[in-house]
Amino acid sequence: MAIQLLCRKLGTTQIFAENGDCIPVTVLVAGPNTVVQTKTVDKDGYTALQLSFGERKPSRTARPLAGHFRKANVAPSYHLRESRITPEEAQAHAVGQQITVDIFEKGQRVDVIGTSKGRGTAGVVKRHGFAVKRKTHGTHEAFRHGGAIGAGSYPGRVFKGMSMAGRLGNRRVTSLNLEVVEVDPERSLLFIRGAVPGHRNGVVCVRPTVRSRA
Amino acid sequence: MNHMDAVFREAPRRDLPPFRSGDTVRVHVRIREGDKERIQVFEGVVISRRGGGRSATFTVRKVSYGVGVERVFPVESPTVTRIEIKQRGHVRRARLYYLRELKGKKARLRTKIRDLSALIVPDEAAPGTADEAVALEEARAAAEAATDAPAESPEKP
Repeated sequence: MAIQLLCRKLGTTQIFAENGDCIPVTVLVAGPNTVVQTKTVDKDGYTALQLSFGERKPSRTARPLAGHFRKANVAPSYHLRESRITPEEAQAHAVGQQITVDIFEKGQRVDVIGTSKGRGTAGVVKRHGFAVKRKTHGTHEAFRHGGAIGAGSYPGRVFKGMSMAGRLGNRRVTSLNLEVVEVDPERSLLFIRGAVPGHRNGVVCVRPTVRSRA
Repeated sequence: MNHMDAVFREAPRRDLPPFRSGDTVRVHVRIREGDKERIQVFEGVVISRRGGGRSATFTVRKVSYGVGVERVFPVESPTVTRIEIKQRGHVRRARLYYLRELKGKKARLRTKIRDLSALIVPDEAAPGTADEAVALEEARAAAEAATDAPAESPEKP
């Protein structure tokens, strides 16, 4: 297990490779994250680092939270998240330590975990990819309907897990095995090939991939 | 610090001349054929520039053997090695799509500026082609060798 760096999604653009290839990239403001707390097996039953990201005004920080930050002697932040790590990895980290984008390198494969864009209540066509009915030849007010959801007297009920309309998006999504196209330690930016879950300014976690073919 | 500006507005290339719609330009494009590379020149009129930052493009139109040909180049692409402005056209709009409907003498643009010296980027600033860079490097090495050697350089008359 490795550190999951908290990042903010800036947006997407494109950059050109040396040979002229145009690479679509998502730009992330990658940290720096500060270690606020270390969790140990003795005390907490597992090993983890609690990382903070994003400035927060002291006046806007709830007192109990402010105390938590004061204990670590770290400026208050908006986002706190834990990264489970092995006890051996924990040796190298201490409270107050800054973790920067340097932990990633160009060409590395990473996973990006974020909250997908919320779509609200969505129909079955958008939510489950159902086919749209034809627009002519007698279709009556049912262009984007789902159709039948079950048989009659047997089974006499609708099966559990039937795909229907409902809330779409706004849930945790992990994109696996994405390529780091560029690392900019000066501005603390991470350029990831392709798309990354979530909206702009959304917070995402980046970790070395768990699914590498290499 | 505003990261949005930092990343999305920035256009790393400063080596291209300030060309605009209506200009007749020669675009030097790096072309790969198998494992060989060469420079091809596409000459025509810039009929539009669009976008900004890293994703800006421009469209060049020319008439080749009676057939209109338009190519869209990304400004930031390293395959566009150089742009020369041949003529500054006097135009009254930013997108010259009306040129597509015109042919022959009607498709010409007036020019008001004859002196293009302000629009020319010195060669040093222009990114040389691979071959040019090699040639330059050789020339520099030769010059150094000449100064090092006590004998007069052969180029001197």
